[in-house]
Amino acid sequence: MSGEKKIRVLVAKPGLDGHDRGAKVVARALRDAGMEVIYSGLHQTPEQIVEAAIQEDVDVVGLSVLSGAQLTIFPRVRNLLDENNAQDIILMGGGTMPADDVQELKRNGSAAEIFTPGTPVEKIGNWIKEAVAGRDA
Amino acid sequence: MEKYVQGILAGDKRSTAKIISLVENDGPEKKRVLSQLYPHTGKAYIIGVTGSPGAGKSSLTDCLTKQIRKQGLTVGIIAVDPSSPFTGGALLGDRIRMQDHALDKGVFIRSMGTRGSLGGLARATKEVVRVLDAYGSDVVIVETVGVGQSELDIMDVADTTLVVLTPGAGDHVQTIKAGIMEIADIFVVNKADLDGADKVKTEVEGMLDLSCHGNGWRPPVLLTITRTEQGITDLIDAINRHKAHLESTGSFQQARKERLRTEVLEVVEHVLRARIHKSVEASQDIARLVAKVENREVDPYVAAEEIISVGI
Repeated sequence: MSGEKKIRVLVAKPGLDGHDRGAKVVARALRDAGMEVIYSGLHQTPEQIVEAAIQEDVDVVGLSVLSGAQLTIFPRVRNLLDENNAQDIILMGGGTMPADDVQELKRNGSAAEIFTPGTPVEKIGNWIKEAVAGRDA
Repeated sequence: MEKYVQGILAGDKRSTAKIISLVENDGPEKKRVLSQLYPHTGKAYIIGVTGSPGAGKSSLTDCLTKQIRKQGLTVGIIAVDPSSPFTGGALLGDRIRMQDHALDKGVFIRSMGTRGSLGGLARATKEVVRVLDAYGSDVVIVETVGVGQSELDIMDVADTTLVVLTPGAGDHVQTIKAGIMEIADIFVVNKADLDGADKVKTEVEGMLDLSCHGNGWRPPVLLTITRTEQGITDLIDAINRHKAHLESTGSFQQARKERLRTEVLEVVEHVLRARIHKSVEASQDIARLVAKVENREVDPYVAAEEIISVGI
């Protein structure tokens, strides 16, 4: 297995949102897709998430948001990543959120992609593989 | 890469993280980077934490880190979890117990998947310890995967090895088996608020009564409850006593020297093995010989002899 670059993903639960069933299902699916998945645990601040992302040198941060705070959290994490010289870390996420918010987050560059309920988990893994390959190309 | 090496020596986290990935991925510049860092290593004290899955290794690491930070020392943590033998993927969940330290500038936490290694650590763990050492961590804590009885790689890495036990995991016979019970410098009976903790302590002490402690160190057996941080200061004291013992008896230098010897031999083996694989794969002989073995014309030893005699 030497010489192989492994995709590393931080799956994080920001803020006051204790529902992590979805995050765990996605973490498990990404594991099964051959990635190294670091799970942050609950109630993380954007600062904690960004610090973990940097120390773990992840390719992708995936935020699970079911609290309604997406328009605050995604831009905050994106800005902190950029401020810490981690522009290359891809930020994406998922959760229950209105389609307008998803559009807004993608438009303003806060999230590269957002997956909402009903998405087959394979799709998320495939998206990550393509996004990382695209970035490293 | 040059920039990252300078970054590590200047204490930059992102550079350190990038170099750890390079080392883990066995990248082409790994050797050069490690030689540049090597002169800056050897200063950190290395604590190993091992024990069965769910024994509380991560929580204990978290508690230890908190105490060590109070003494003003910086801490690097390497937390190893298993990689899947089928997909190569891994779920690295040790960090969950340590997120209180995420914003502490004096703590660097890195999770690693075993990536096919079976001794309780990842193959690159030793090298990652060096990176964190060069980065300036005063103490490096290495947490193994949840182990069974014979994953003992940690003993070749740590200066002080903690074996974490819990109540209710087998009878007295488990304590006299070979393997993990022999590598502890300190035994920790965690979750000591559960029934049976005293019994575990008594059984381990009983086992130690029968062992000879040739180097003059009898491993203490300590009770801890990570949830309430009970017993953690005693544990820190025990680690310091072990360190002082190693230093006063000269075992410290001796043990490190032996570990370096082992490491050099391991690298030789690793390089030779890779070379053998490459040359065997490249030759036509292997397919022909395997066919012969398959048809029961020759046995595997004869086939191997033939490959070796042709020259590698």
